[in-house]
Parts: sequence; C-alpha cells; structure tokens
Amino acid sequence: MFTSQIFASILPEILILVLGILILVFEPFWKEDQRRNAGWLTAGGLFAAIIISLLFGQPGEPTSVLGGMIRFDWLGFFFKLLFMFAGAVTALLLMDHKTAGHRGEAYVLLLASLLGMNLMAVSSDLVMLYLAIETASIPLYILAGFLLADERSTEAGFKYLLFGTLASTIMLYGFSLIFGFAGTTNIYQLSEILAAGNLSVLLAFGLVALVTVGLGFKMAIVPFHFWAPDVYQGSPTPVAGFLSTASKAAGFAVVVRFFFVALPAFAPSWTLIFAALAAITMTVGNLLALTQTNIKRLLAYSSIAHAGYALIGVVAFSQLGAASVVFYLAAYIATNLLAFGVVMAFSRITGLEEITDYAGLSRRNPLMGLMMLAAFLSLAGMPPFGGFVAKVFVFAAGVQANYTWLVVVGIINSIFGVYYYLNVLKYVYLYRMEGENEEQHPVPLTRPYAIALVVLAIGVILVGTVFAPWFSWSDAAALNLF
Amino acid sequence: MNFPILSIITFLPFVAAVIMLLMPADRKTEVRGVALATAAIDLLLAGWMYAQYLLRDLTGYQFIETYNWLPALGISLKFGVDGMSAPLVLLTGIVMFTGVLISWGDDDKHVMAGIQDRPREFFAFLFLLAGGVFGVFVSLDLFMLFFFYEIAVFPMYLLIAIWGWVVTREYAAMKLTLYLFIGSVVSLVGALAMYWTQYQNTGVLSFDMIQMESAGFSAAFQYAWFLPVFFGFAVLGGIWPFHNWSPDGHVAAPTAVSMFHAGVLMKLGAFAALRVGVMLLPEGAKQWSWLIMAFAGVAVVYGAYIAFVQTDMKYMIGFSSVSHMGLVMLGISTLNHNGLVGAGVQMFSHGIMTALFFAITGMIYDRAHTRMIPELGGISKVIPFATIGFIIGGLVSMGMPGFSGFVAEFPIFMGVWEEQWLVAVIASISIIITAAYIMINIRKVFFSPMPEKLEGHVGDITILDKVAISTLCFLMIVIGVFPAVMVPMVEKGVENIIRLLGGA
Repeated sequence: MFTSQIFASILPEILILVLGILILVFEPFWKEDQRRNAGWLTAGGLFAAIIISLLFGQPGEPTSVLGGMIRFDWLGFFFKLLFMFAGAVTALLLMDHKTAGHRGEAYVLLLASLLGMNLMAVSSDLVMLYLAIETASIPLYILAGFLLADERSTEAGFKYLLFGTLASTIMLYGFSLIFGFAGTTNIYQLSEILAAGNLSVLLAFGLVALVTVGLGFKMAIVPFHFWAPDVYQGSPTPVAGFLSTASKAAGFAVVVRFFFVALPAFAPSWTLIFAALAAITMTVGNLLALTQTNIKRLLAYSSIAHAGYALIGVVAFSQLGAASVVFYLAAYIATNLLAFGVVMAFSRITGLEEITDYAGLSRRNPLMGLMMLAAFLSLAGMPPFGGFVAKVFVFAAGVQANYTWLVVVGIINSIFGVYYYLNVLKYVYLYRMEGENEEQHPVPLTRPYAIALVVLAIGVILVGTVFAPWFSWSDAAALNLF
Repeated sequence: MNFPILSIITFLPFVAAVIMLLMPADRKTEVRGVALATAAIDLLLAGWMYAQYLLRDLTGYQFIETYNWLPALGISLKFGVDGMSAPLVLLTGIVMFTGVLISWGDDDKHVMAGIQDRPREFFAFLFLLAGGVFGVFVSLDLFMLFFFYEIAVFPMYLLIAIWGWVVTREYAAMKLTLYLFIGSVVSLVGALAMYWTQYQNTGVLSFDMIQMESAGFSAAFQYAWFLPVFFGFAVLGGIWPFHNWSPDGHVAAPTAVSMFHAGVLMKLGAFAALRVGVMLLPEGAKQWSWLIMAFAGVAVVYGAYIAFVQTDMKYMIGFSSVSHMGLVMLGISTLNHNGLVGAGVQMFSHGIMTALFFAITGMIYDRAHTRMIPELGGISKVIPFATIGFIIGGLVSMGMPGFSGFVAEFPIFMGVWEEQWLVAVIASISIIITAAYIMINIRKVFFSPMPEKLEGHVGDITILDKVAISTLCFLMIVIGVFPAVMVPMVEKGVENIIRLLGGA
C-alpha cells in the first residue's frame, strides 16, 4: 500500500528524479550557449526540493518503510538535506566551468549521484545499501572523467572507477558473509541476530574489515585514500568539491547507521579499528598535505585528514559522538565547498592551480581573499567559523569516551593543519604577483559563483556562531540511533 | 534586564570589522573614522563600566548577562566582570583607542605605525582581535572563553605577516601562531576533561565557570590536569621557557599590533591561566606553585638580562615584557593576597607601559628608519614629547614610587617574600638590571648628540600621537598617585580567588 508516509519518506528522491527528467527533456531544445541554464534549474530545483522536503517530508518517529528497505528518520533526513545543499552548490559552481558547465549531462549525472547518496543515508537493508552506493558512485566515475580532452581527467575517471569497483566488490563480499551468518539483510534485525550468534571475535573482526574497505574508500580514509589526490586533481574542480564533501559524508552516513545499529555487539572490535584508522588517517593526511604545491592536492589531503577528525566521533560510539559526526560533516561540507568554490572561480579566470599562483589574490579580488580566509581558517579549526565548534564537539565526544589519546593525536594534527592552511593564506594575503600590478589582473566573479560563495561563507560563519539549531538537529539525528 | 554593556563592548568591534570590510577599499579616511569612532565608544563604555564598579563599590561578578547558547551541552553566552577582569577590559579599551590613533598615518613619513597599505583590512583584523580579547576577559563560560581566545589568536598571524617588519615577519608570525595555538589546544583538552569530570561528579553538564568552581574535582585530577591547563594558557602570558615567540612577534609586528600584543594579549594568557588554571583547579595550583614560581623567577631575571644586552629597541622592550610578565606570574604563583593583588595591578600597569614604549619606539623608527640603539641619538631635541613619555614609561618600568609600576611590583615582592624570601631576593636583581638598561637607553637614544646621518631627517610627531602618549602617561601617574582607583577593586577579585584556594 502506498501511504502518505511512504511518499513522504522518498519525497526528496522523487523531486530529484523529476528534476533530472526535466533537464533531460529541456536540454536538447536549448541552444549551445544557453545550456548552462541547466545549472540554474538544478540549483534552484534542489533548493526548492530542500524547502518542500522540510515542509512536507519531515520524519516523525523512526519507522521502516517499503518492506524494511528504507528507514524514515531524522538521521537520514538531515543527511539528505546536506547532500542536496551540496548538490545545489556544486551545480552553481559547475555552470561556468568551460567544458562541463555547458553540457546538460553533467547536471543529470550529478542528480543521479545525489539520488544514490540520499538512498545511502536511509538504506536499512544491505541489498538496498549496495544498490544505493553503486547508484551514487557510477555517475561520479563518469563525472570525474568528464573532460575528454584532458588526460588528467580521463586518468582520474579511470582510476576512480578501478579503485571504486574493487572496494565495492570487497564490501559486497562482506555483506554476503554477513547474510550467510545472520540469514537476514535487514540492518535493524542484524543486531540481535549477530549479538546472539556467538560469532568468534576473529570472524567479527574480518567482517568489519571487509565492510570497512568499501566504506573507507567512500570516506577516503587511510589506507583507502590513494585515489583521492589524483582524482581530485584531475576531475573538474566542482566535481572534486562534490567528491570531497557529499560523497564523503554519504560514506559517513552509512558508517554511522550500519555500525551503530547493526554491530553494537562487535563494538569493542570496530571502535578499536576505527580509532587506529582515525589516528593514521589524520596523521598521514596532514603530513602529506604539508608538502603539496598544488591547491587541489592540498585540499585532497586535507579532506583525508578531516575524515580522520570526524571518525573520532564514530569511535566515541555514543549519542554525542554521533551528533558530533553529523555536526562535523555539516560544517565541513560548507567549508570545503567554499574552498573548492574559490579554487574553481580562480582557476576559471587564470587557469592556474598551484599554491604560488594565489599570490596577491587578496588584492586582485578582496572578497575572494576573505572567502579563502574563511574557508581555510574554518578548515584549520579557528572560530568564529564552523570548523572550530565542530572540532571541539568531536574532541569532547572523544574525551567523554575515554579516547583521550586519540584526541591528543587529533590536536597534534590540527597544529600541522594550522601550519599549511596559514601557508596558503600567506600567499593570498602577503605575497604579491610578479610586477606588483594586481590591479591589472582582476579575478571577477560571475553571478553563480558570487551566489554560491556568499551563501557558503555565511553558512560557515552561521554554523560556527549560532550553532544551537544545527547541533539540536544533529542531536535529533543521533538520537535515532540509540 | 539591565543595559547589556559587556556584550556591547565585546561585539561592537566585530560589527565594526564587518562594516569596514564592506566599505570600498579606497575610502581610507572613512575606514579610519569608523575605526576611531568604534574605539572611542568602546573605551567610553569600558570606562563607564569600570567607574560603575569602582564608585558603587561593587563586589563579585557584576554586569552579568546570560544567554543560553546551546543548552544541550550546557554552553551559554555568559558575561560578567569582577575586580580582576574589569581593569583588563578598561586596558583593552585604552590600548585599542591609542592603537588606532597612532596607526592613523596619513602622512608619508610613517612607515611602520601609519598603515598606508590596505587600512581597511588592517583595522578590520585589528578589531576582530580586540573583540576576541574583550570576549575572553568578560566570559564566564569556559567554552566561550576558548571561542574568543582563538579569535584573538588568528588575526595576529595576518596582522604581523602582512603589515609587519619585512625582515622577520613571516617567520615570527608563524612561530607566534603555532606557539599560541599549541598552548590553547593543550588547555582545551584539559578543559574538556574538567567538563566531563564535573558531569561525573555532579551530573551537571555545563561550561559555566562559576559552577565549575564547585565541581569537586579530586586532588589527583587537579594535580594531573593543572599543568596542561595552566601552562597551555601561560604560553600566551610569555612564561619562561615558552616565551620565545613573544620578542620575535613584538619585533616583527607593526606598532599598533605590538601594543596590542604586549599590552593586552599577554595579559590574556596570564588572566586565563589564573581564571581557569588557578581558580578552577586550586589544589593543583597549590601543588605546582613552586614550579610556576621557579619558571617565573627565571623569566624575571633572565628576561631583564637579555633585554639589557639588546641593541634593537624593540627586542629590548620585548624582553623587558617577558621580565615584567614574569613578575605577574610570580605574583600568581604566591597564591597569597599581596602577590595576587600585585599581579592584578601589574597586568594593567605593564599593559599601559609597554603599549607606550612600543608606540614611542614605532614613532622613532618611522622617522629615523632605524631602531638600533647605537645608531640613534638626540631624539629629545626633535621629539621632546616622546622623550617625556619614554622617561615616564621608564620610571614605571623601574618601579618608582609615584607611578603605577610601584603600586604593582611592591605587593608582588611582599607576597613572594611571604612564601619564599630567596626568590624575592633573586627576582629583585631584575629591578637593578631594568633600571640600568632603561637609563642607558634614555641617555643614548634621547640625550646623546644626534648622529650626522639623522640630522635634519627626523621630524616631530603628530597631534594624534601626542594624544595617545598623554593618555597612557596620565593613567600611569594617576594609578601611581591614587592607588585607590584600582587597588581596592583588584583586592575584591583577589578575595574570591583566596576563598577558592581555601582561605589561605
């Protein structure tokens, strides 16, 4: 029976689907130079979808719908909103991309991937989960390799595809083993069966490890991160931004639901695995970021490091831990999109991507300099930007769960972070272009960029100052897990 | 609901910073006007607040404002001042006002002090810094204290790196930022540990510091966590052996930022170490006071000695700040009435004095284009006003009766004597060294014959500079002559600390 609740539970996905179809239908009728308008349509449509979902699609008590395939709760809903926001911003950033922006397919692929991510956030069944992950990934493989004329982009797409399929195959193997032992694929039934099943610790460890490979790939945590720098560098910049935010967050959405709900019985083993992974991820990400000269590679390593910080909240395995992960991701999505947005807007005009090329940016475009300042200080974890509160919350969750050593590792790492983030700002604010004639080399912002960047910058500051509403949403989401 | 004076004082600089950033870049004069107006309003409000506290003979935390910010985690925006923090709020207002005055710079002679290059960004970042500093002094919530503390740290990087002395600015700015950031995050872990331990002990989930005073931390917990919390903050207070960032930062910073840095930021560290370290973990403070006393004692003498051998005026003042902040720490380490009162007054006195020193050094450097003491001379003929200012500052620095330095340093030495007379004797050596380097400096820079190189190049200072110098000098003399305008107030703050320490 198709009740209004089922309708509400997949309302955002329906809207995304309609939007995708609309673009497919209209795109052939637009002239070549109007096709970028598909970006306005996508972004506007997604913002409308966010509002409509907020009005009509809010979840009440957590329920399982569609035969137990989907869990309709705040956790999924909040993540969906985040993904759609990231998608809308990415669409805006795509619009003035020289090649990708004028192709309707780019937006349709983006929406398809978004659909998959939304389903990842709500899947409560292993089969559904796997389908959702693939739906989210395959369009991204194509988007990463979207620039056919660019070898780097082709390499990025292919690399992403190879690593991605390998990781998801291993994860699928893990899923099938779980099904073999438990006899069910429903995440919510798994927990009792696995708890009663007297599985040996070693086996539990193995199952956790197999699933972690697939999800670790999505989250780009060490040692499943090798694809990230090359793919980020090669893909169209807005796609890289999307990969490093929404796609990563989708991985976290699955991790939080799957491990917290299905595997509390194995908690000691997987929290330990994740603690080790978090420590390695932060350290490797930050240390490698120190030596980067390309801004996109720097952001790639920094986003690896940030996955490590967010994992501290997962390791804590508490309500505050889950809430802090969700909050961290919300702050991180806005921040990192802002960083990639500035990079995109800059390379569109100049075609340059080295950190040294940013010399004098604050004179060439003071507004962009400030945006860069906000994004990088937020990444470094400085108030009044979102990164600070987010970090404090995950650290608080870590200390509460007696993982003080992990928090100390996180803190040492954030010191490295401050160093290389400030290093970039040094170019933006301190160094000058050759010839010191920045006035003759302005970096104008087109309207989509101006809108996207201003929205993101305000978002980063709002998350960092008026954090109560965001935190209570994150907390409501986390409450659904316990 | 009373007039929310503390939140206005704190948030006004932020608002002004945003307004300035939104103004067109070429409206330099208007930007400076907004900056000066904001600083003046903030100074008036801070002065009014201070006067109210003093004249109405208030005690304890006053002007309290509470806004629930995140009730789920017990974070609230809670502001209030006591006898310890009220003078520091006033100090910040004064330094902000005088800092804007001496950064005005609409004539070409100014190199360091006058900000020609992008004054809009300069004043905006300076005001973000000022807002953060106000926030730390008035916050009664531990989370918000950290929030503002970090806000006060990061603009320093940009201010020094962009507008600083070109030779060392990048190195110094990065060093300073990393030192301070490391210090603050180390304290943050301690603060989180305190937060959860309080929750375990009392079931209260709150960052409210007044509440935390009665959280019942066990002695073992206090012994363990006092060190990271106290020294994490004390890094910013310039305590030896973590003082290394400070002179480099002073030297590289533009004049107004040096004033802020030495005048206010270092107080931030000492104040936070006192408020969070000593007041919330009193048993830990008693356990480790010998260590602080030892470090501070070294800082006092060593800082003075290093200042003595400097040839760069700014390095000299930078190390003299280490020495004087060492006295503040020494006062804190006594944990007795006299020492703490002295520390409280010394924070204010040193803030004013060192701001004055840096302002005058900046003025000389702008005109003579050198800060090397051997290359300078005869300044008193061309800039008599600055000469008088520097002499008054020097007398304060030496702790002469009749000036604020005496009111501050005398109780500190009395307090130290009560605890450990030997330290007092050793630390008092610094007074002699200080007198020596100050007087040598005055003779050489101001009264020796002017070198030929400088003849005819060095002009007088502007009227704005004179206003700044007279304001600072006036305050030092007033406190020296009428200690009653500050000492009783600080004593009330100290009573509270003594109570927390168990009425010792």
